[in-house]
Amino acid sequence: MPTDATPPTRGSVPLTPDTSGSPVARIGEPTSPGGGARTGAAGLAGLEPRVGVPKPDPILVADGVTRAFGGLVAVEVEHLEVQRGAITALIGPNGAGKTTFFNLLTGFDKPSAGTWTFEGKKLGGVPAYKVARLGMVRTFQLTKALSRMSVLENMRLGATNQRGENFFRALVPGMWTGQQRKVDERAHSLLGRFKLDAKAGDFAGSLSGGQRKLLEMARALMVEPTMVMLDEPMAGVNPALTQSLLGHVKDLREQGMTVLFVEHDMDMVRDISDWVVVMAQGRVVAEGPPDVVMADQAVIDAYLGGHHDAPLTFEQEQAQLEAAQEDHR
Amino acid sequence: MNLASIFTNTGLALFNAEALYLALAAIGLNVHFGYTGLLNFGQVGFLAIAAYGLATGVTYFDLPFGLAVLLGLAAAVALALALGIPTLRLRADYLAIVTIASSEVIRLVARSATLRDFSGGSSGLTGFAQGFYDLNPLGPGSYGIGPISYDSNRAWLLLVGWTLVVLSSLLVFLLMRSPWGRVLRAIREDEDAARSLGKNVVGYKMQSLVLGGIFGALGGFVFALANSSVQPDSYATLLTFFAFTAMILGGAGRILGPVVGAVLFWSFFVLVENVLVEAGRAGYLPEAVFANQQGVIRQILVGVLLMLLMIFRPQGLFGDKKELALDAH
Repeated sequence: MPTDATPPTRGSVPLTPDTSGSPVARIGEPTSPGGGARTGAAGLAGLEPRVGVPKPDPILVADGVTRAFGGLVAVEVEHLEVQRGAITALIGPNGAGKTTFFNLLTGFDKPSAGTWTFEGKKLGGVPAYKVARLGMVRTFQLTKALSRMSVLENMRLGATNQRGENFFRALVPGMWTGQQRKVDERAHSLLGRFKLDAKAGDFAGSLSGGQRKLLEMARALMVEPTMVMLDEPMAGVNPALTQSLLGHVKDLREQGMTVLFVEHDMDMVRDISDWVVVMAQGRVVAEGPPDVVMADQAVIDAYLGGHHDAPLTFEQEQAQLEAAQEDHR
Repeated sequence: MNLASIFTNTGLALFNAEALYLALAAIGLNVHFGYTGLLNFGQVGFLAIAAYGLATGVTYFDLPFGLAVLLGLAAAVALALALGIPTLRLRADYLAIVTIASSEVIRLVARSATLRDFSGGSSGLTGFAQGFYDLNPLGPGSYGIGPISYDSNRAWLLLVGWTLVVLSSLLVFLLMRSPWGRVLRAIREDEDAARSLGKNVVGYKMQSLVLGGIFGALGGFVFALANSSVQPDSYATLLTFFAFTAMILGGAGRILGPVVGAVLFWSFFVLVENVLVEAGRAGYLPEAVFANQQGVIRQILVGVLLMLLMIFRPQGLFGDKKELALDAH
């Protein structure tokens, strides 16, 4: 693992001139007592857009999280903090390691090295189901609707601490039916919010792709999470549903939840995120508010490739082709 | 053709011990495969280890009948744990490989000459069933309707056995409509989704493996007591596949599927055999076919009919075709 001697900005391009060199220096730090909020999106205001920048109220802190598949290092995140109560987008080209990083954070994969904490609790080696119970719940890039179960059953599954999920108590319906009624109430109200209430009795497998995304999000909320991790919530969603999904993601923030999501749709990222983290080739190459990050050279490099010899105009392409033919002769 | 003989033999087979232990084995498989999605290709191993537990308990350890039954059940639970601990964390196909291998290991160990004093070698064990038949409250005589009647001891075995089938089905019914059963079905649909919602997937798969193994063990007791002997080679893998066939015929993931499937499968098997025998006697079949080939021809015919069933009714008798279609995603 890299030691502390490694410059903190390795592999990244500072977005604003950083003259102080101090890792805690912030521009317009809003942390003076009584002087503005530390938590939520407001806490991010004026924060220096630099890789690894400490957040005033981090819910998730990752340090040196590395995942190697044989010789290929898929993820190597030196330091990342996610602000509580804000919507943070994780973007980057295909193969940048976003989903792998998600899997590591949520316990679905084990890192080769590194530590990370969620609400101050170390999560290394904690199995995925315990991570979910701690309040960090994820969805999947390929939607995992439980096809041969009804929409309502999908929702019920999300509720935690159900007495009837114990083998012996399951045999005595009186032990769990009362609790199930409360679970159902919550499920129906969430289904109503996500406009799926008419579908409660249908098999989840009969829903459209977009409805499945909605169901997966609603089901995740049944766990009553403090942090929701959405892996490409917009992938395969019919444009008519996009706005409603966006609204639901914003709602999560209004309800005090933290959202970290992976997305390719830049319009969505610009529209709803308070903070954007860019990954490329396994590393975080930039982070900052959406408008700043999207103008960043490192981000453009990451998306278009570092070598800018790719032909951008017809004339350039012709010139390159001719040069190549010249070499051949 | 002697139609009366065909009718009587088939009628007897409807309720006889073979249908009974197949039903119990299939109820276990239904918990494993139908509800949890565990590919257990070694269900016969549970029957064998329980039957041998009972038999050696009486003959080798001199235990009373009741304690020997407990020994058999304990052996089945131990087998489930031994199979599950190394494999349930892995992909489903590993369990399939390990179970089919272990059921053969059990059979080969039981028939080994080295353990002849303990498990009786290739000729197996006898003389352990008296404790069971001593409990028979039925007086001597014949029990049944007309020609479909059983002697006192067989009637006692069937009474106990079918009671076990009813109780087992009731237990499965209670469990599968509870939140516990919902978690199992969720694991069948997608175990990562269940994990992401805070369910301890490995723990539930283990409980399912043990429960289904116990149903298999009950089948093993019936098998051993019906013949008043255990013979290693009657616990070959064919029995597992008969149980699978019975379950799929009735409808996997349905409470009564395995029971009705086992009864129909076995009585159909007997029907085909008897028709062939009687047709041969009446001279309807060429000599080359009739000369001790009925067994093979019976297998072929039953196989063909099962193929037709799978083509025209893949969901089984109780299944829902719409539900099956959802499986394709």
